Amino acid sequence: MTAKDAATRAEVCVVAVAEAFRGDGEILANPIGTIPMIGGRLAKATFEPALVMTDGEAMLVENILPVGVTDPKQQPAKVVGAWNPYRAMFDIVWNGPRHVMMGATQIDRYGNQNIAMLGSLERPTVQLLGFRGAPGNTINDKTSYWVPNHSPKTFVAAVDVVSGIGYDRARALGPLASRFHCLPRVVSNLGAFDFETPDSAMRLRSVHPGVSVAAVVAATGFELVIGATVATTRLPTDEELRWIREVIDPTSLREQEVPNA
Amino acid sequence: MVVPDKRVTIDEIVGEIRDGMTVGVGGWGSRRKPMSLIRALMRSPATDLTIVSYGGPDVGLLCRAGKVTRVVYAFVSLDSIPLEPHFRNARQSGAVEATELDEGMFLLGLQAAAWRVPFLPTRAGLGSDVLRANPSLRTVTSPYGNPPEVLVAMPALELDVALVHMHRGDQGGNGQYLNVDPYFDDLMCMAAKRRFMSVERIVPTEDLLAEGPLQSLRINRLMVDGVVETPNGAHFTECPPDYARDEAFQRAYAATAKSDDEWDVFRRRFLDVSEAEYQAAIR
Repeated sequence: MTAKDAATRAEVCVVAVAEAFRGDGEILANPIGTIPMIGGRLAKATFEPALVMTDGEAMLVENILPVGVTDPKQQPAKVVGAWNPYRAMFDIVWNGPRHVMMGATQIDRYGNQNIAMLGSLERPTVQLLGFRGAPGNTINDKTSYWVPNHSPKTFVAAVDVVSGIGYDRARALGPLASRFHCLPRVVSNLGAFDFETPDSAMRLRSVHPGVSVAAVVAATGFELVIGATVATTRLPTDEELRWIREVIDPTSLREQEVPNA
Repeated sequence: MVVPDKRVTIDEIVGEIRDGMTVGVGGWGSRRKPMSLIRALMRSPATDLTIVSYGGPDVGLLCRAGKVTRVVYAFVSLDSIPLEPHFRNARQSGAVEATELDEGMFLLGLQAAAWRVPFLPTRAGLGSDVLRANPSLRTVTSPYGNPPEVLVAMPALELDVALVHMHRGDQGGNGQYLNVDPYFDDLMCMAAKRRFMSVERIVPTEDLLAEGPLQSLRINRLMVDGVVETPNGAHFTECPPDYARDEAFQRAYAATAKSDDEWDVFRRRFLDVSEAEYQAAIR
């Protein structure tokens, strides 16, 4: 590969997202947002072919579709395996074979997520999306997060409102109520994170190439668990870069979400 | 033909909506919303409403018009514009109260009302601030299992009036959707005391299956008290295959959240007018 072809930060993020779905097998991979969708589709195109994915609306499609192409004339024909209107989606959410990746306006040390609002519940200073499906997702299905703008304002000591529940809240519910709760991964523009620690506090799993551990620490508003050595997020393979650049994201929407560092 | 004739006018529908009522609105986000009925409701004297909706511009418009005391929702979004700006203003200024729920809890609330049971149990909401945001929500202990499981008891979302928009219907209130998702319009109807459906086109009952497959007949006339034909009645929300979202119009609508002057201009031109005048104005 030439220097011109070197992977961008956005492409590293795509691969880190794809890795979150590794080992999932035949479940609904339900990434929400641009880089999550590219990463999920990359996982299905390469190392997790049994994943089931949506067309972004009411169909489960078996072929790999490009993101950001909504005009049917510009889009390859969908290979539709199943009909999945919202009501059927709730059936899957509650039935369980699903790994969703949501965004997070705020996330804390135990993975509590806020997408609802900033400020108080009674009168928010900033009304955001609302709870959406986060409470139901986190208590029923695997839930990972994508944060494109890692900073002390997004990785916070305490979220204003808990939409998706973290490990401390799950633990307080007891083993019966929380038996389906699982937060496999958090991916940001700076690194990848998990909760594979004794008290399920967030751990720095890997830093993206070119990012120092100190930079991640400085951009995080709580104490991360950091091992003696920290891995570097792997680069995309040539095959993965072809899938990303030529098939899944030919108009480079990924670079708008995460500018190259 | 024995299908009853339940055809009504837009004004007859909104004339049934009185101060303080709870109104459920079908569709999802900025998709297949009964916008002609929402616009008529904005022109009506009704106020102090509680709106129950998978929220889109229906919620934003009614909040901006000062019709709303409370919104029951899991999100309010314009889809291509993620945050509904008029709803945001209303929330951030304290103009409306909020019952903010998880999307699935919202579905179960409608389902409970439709089935005439006081609540349905769900795991959704446990541990989250949905319970803190709604202190009246209760949990329920399962009568089965050892140890028994504790679940959220999502109360029925009982509606006074439901407003939905479908692609086709007949004069008796049978309704048909022709896009990819029926959303929860049938549940909205069954959760309500009075149920009104606008449709793109009223067709003879015997022609419904020429319009779409059997499964597209999602609303039956047991669920509907009145039907009105409102061509382009979901504008500016999407109603494919009949028409796509009017993104330019939606952007113009969203932009009016920035200034009262711009809102007044928009309101005079598009909202303080009859449905026929509206449809002429957007051409």
